[in-house]
Amino acid sequence: MITFTEPTEQDILNEKLYADMGLTDSEYDKVVEILGRQPNYTETGIFSVMWSEHCSYKHSKPFLKQFPTTGDRVLMGPGEGAGVVDIGDNQAVVFKVESHNHPSAVEPYQGAATGVGGIIRDIVSIGARPIGLLNSLRFGELSESNNRRLLRGVVAGIGGYGNCIGIPTVSGEVEFDPSYDGNPLVNAMCVGTIDHDKIQKGTAKGIGNKVIYVGLKTGRDGIHGATFASEELTDESESKRPSVQIGDPFTGKKLMEATLDAIRQPELVGIQDMGAAGLTSSSAEMAAKGESGIALHLDQVPVREEGITPYEMMLSETQERMLLVVEAGSEDKFLDMFEGYELDAAVIGEVTDTDHLELFFHDEKYADIPVQPLSDEAPVYILEGEAPAQDETTYSYSDQDLNKVFDALIGHPTHGSKRYIYEQYDNQVGANTVQKSGFGAGVVRVEGTDKAIAMAIDGKSRYVYADPLNGGKEAVAQTFRSIISTGALPLAMTDCLNYGSPEKPEIYHQLEASTRGMAEACEMLSTPVVSGNVSLYNESKGTILPTPVIGMVGLIEDVNFMAGIEISAGDAVYLVGETTKSFAGSQIEKLIDNDIRKQTRDIDLELEYARGMDLRGRLINGEVKKIAPVGRGGIAIKLAQLSAFHHLGMKVEIDLDGEDLFAENASRYIVIAPAGLDIRDGKEIGRLTDEGFHIGTHDLTIDRSIDAISNTWEGAIPQCMTSTD
Amino acid sequence: MKFAVVKFPGSNCDRDMLNAAIKAGGEAEYVDYRETSLEAYDGVLIPGGFSFGDYLRSGAMASVSPITRAIKEAAAAGKPVLGVCNGFQILTEIGLLPGALIFNDTHTFISRNEVLTITNNETAFTSGYEKGEAVTFPVAHGEGHYYCDDETYDTLVENDRIVLTYNDNPNGSRADIAGIVNEAGNVFGLMPHPERALETLLGSDDGLRLFEKMNAWEANHDHIH
Repeated sequence: MITFTEPTEQDILNEKLYADMGLTDSEYDKVVEILGRQPNYTETGIFSVMWSEHCSYKHSKPFLKQFPTTGDRVLMGPGEGAGVVDIGDNQAVVFKVESHNHPSAVEPYQGAATGVGGIIRDIVSIGARPIGLLNSLRFGELSESNNRRLLRGVVAGIGGYGNCIGIPTVSGEVEFDPSYDGNPLVNAMCVGTIDHDKIQKGTAKGIGNKVIYVGLKTGRDGIHGATFASEELTDESESKRPSVQIGDPFTGKKLMEATLDAIRQPELVGIQDMGAAGLTSSSAEMAAKGESGIALHLDQVPVREEGITPYEMMLSETQERMLLVVEAGSEDKFLDMFEGYELDAAVIGEVTDTDHLELFFHDEKYADIPVQPLSDEAPVYILEGEAPAQDETTYSYSDQDLNKVFDALIGHPTHGSKRYIYEQYDNQVGANTVQKSGFGAGVVRVEGTDKAIAMAIDGKSRYVYADPLNGGKEAVAQTFRSIISTGALPLAMTDCLNYGSPEKPEIYHQLEASTRGMAEACEMLSTPVVSGNVSLYNESKGTILPTPVIGMVGLIEDVNFMAGIEISAGDAVYLVGETTKSFAGSQIEKLIDNDIRKQTRDIDLELEYARGMDLRGRLINGEVKKIAPVGRGGIAIKLAQLSAFHHLGMKVEIDLDGEDLFAENASRYIVIAPAGLDIRDGKEIGRLTDEGFHIGTHDLTIDRSIDAISNTWEGAIPQCMTSTD
Repeated sequence: MKFAVVKFPGSNCDRDMLNAAIKAGGEAEYVDYRETSLEAYDGVLIPGGFSFGDYLRSGAMASVSPITRAIKEAAAAGKPVLGVCNGFQILTEIGLLPGALIFNDTHTFISRNEVLTITNNETAFTSGYEKGEAVTFPVAHGEGHYYCDDETYDTLVENDRIVLTYNDNPNGSRADIAGIVNEAGNVFGLMPHPERALETLLGSDDGLRLFEKMNAWEANHDHIH
């Protein structure tokens, strides 16, 4: 007897209910073929979330295959909750980045908070203790009140979760551009450390072994969240607010500690976070990896209220839950342990020899699906891309009032100080933070050692739009620059591909070309991809700029060299690298032309690597005091940011045209060091001073007081946020 | 000295506190909030964090947990009791220190290094500092505005119980108060985190002396009183 009133198999077919859940006609047909019959309501829901873009990567698999995923130090590549990379002494670093864009668009606080919670559980489910959080955020311009509301909510949500659970947020990046109006990007990254012999895999093996549920009671929140993440945002998206989950960092903290405890027990077979698609994906994926079947007795699942159907239970994305497989006979040990943490836990199933995912509710069977096809046979779509025509016009900004341009850029929220944001995040909890948000990568010491992990996150959307192939390379290279600027050896990376609808030929081309560029850069810079996430269909009023976000980690063998480095008046300022008139995707182009021309950008990855490694060596041996990669806004903005951040003046003369100060070609650095140093491809351009900021060029002179530079830079975001319109 | 680091399920500076006590030469162990005795310990450290999630008022749930009574007994016995951040909030909730910690005036969480002034170096906690000395400790809190009524404030001033003030008040605390002691001088609550200021590599080592003085409590305390 069916206890719940649900549409029948025939209703699902006749009324195309599968389409409402996100399955296409041909996908539905494939489900029928796999099952050898029509799927019932629960089964249709299960296939729809497992085959959503978010869970199956059906449009992005071909691109992800291009990435190098192995290397001497890679212990575990893509496929698990997060990647694992060796840092010596039997220790490893575990990390991953993930998007929470769509939930954040309709419910910024909870969307961002649960994004942080989810990525933390990915790291913890590998068995690692998180040591650092990062985030990459993109919003429309802050002149719009809705974007201010989104920023306020997202930042509060990130802090609300990360601060409470007690993991320092140590770095991040923020960009403002109209293409993100109403569709902010919220990418969260978490980094943890682990001993080699503690690494867990999400697997369900051993017939008769028990499946344990632990964490928050399942409620009706977040049903079809993964499907929601895989469609465009529209005016109706507001009605999807129930698809957004609610975070509970206090339970998250208890669950984290309990999980790290469980991982030490020899009877643990496998563990996985109930993230996107909740109970469905965690059970199906674990069974698939273990080449087993799994039977779940859903009446045993701790639920928040009576009457939740098997369908709702399987599709709920209630937060703060984990699924464990433990050796038969040891289940009470685990249940007792979880009771000690005051967490709900229950045995809800067992590993079977059927190769099927079987769901029971009071002995009635609600679903019976072969595991392998559900998990691995999602359709893969290879579409045709279409490269847009190149723009042939050349740039000229020499007739502009470049002093005005300088002030506008340094005072724009994209280039200004992000203090308003990062001071809302606890960045030192754990007492191992050596370098925190404010300028460049975060650095966190590995507790009890002299080693430290450098971590950075970056994206270069305007470059990718102008030239997807080389823009993709630059996104990786920019993050590489951030890492080497701490003196760390870059180890590996994770990526989050935020794009519009892949079903549009131009977007498909962006994906195809930019990931090819990223793959090439990973190869050349020796930073394989060990984990990642894809977020497509980021379309609201228009399509977002193509935004591959790169998260990278590096290793500092002995972090003590960082103590006591201080830059001061009298130090020399060097410019390393040639400057070319490269303006495609630049900030001056955005300001003056209000557009992005599709033009070739240049980057020499071999040079990039050699230069980066050379500078890194000089920082470690004390030859140079500071390395600052030149990025958005070019030389002028980097010098101004340095001046404002350190509250120091500078007097520099540069043998360039004024407009070149705003060029954004690749592979350049500002270096601070004692005078008279011979740096390859470097030129001494001036000194740090106690008074005044001065840049001289062939045809442009910029003169400001230190206070003027600092106040403009510091005020960039607060001035927008206090606006009352 | 053997210190108890009281651990609530949402404590998140517990390891930092334990490490600080050990670095200062002491012994330290975690004690679960469900325990009912602290007799085995010479001093009590209540770390920062979000004891029970703090979805209710900060420290309110912690104040009714089993360990509370033992903390009061330790304080009454003259043992040193240090509460940092959430620990300070708990000490005011259970009545060992007067006043309350309310939302920051900015209504946002604030995390940064603050310069503070040691306004009283005649307690057994602060005798390692000069009077008027400026020290740098990190702050990280959403509810760090120290509030008290006029009568309480006058008592604090008369008895020289304000031991630490902010140079650049980040949260709106009354009279820039960052930390106070009880009348007997053995219970100290402060919002800034001295346990995060033990090494110049991490930005400051100004906090170490506080833990060293706590570890030399008997000699130190007798000397002062």
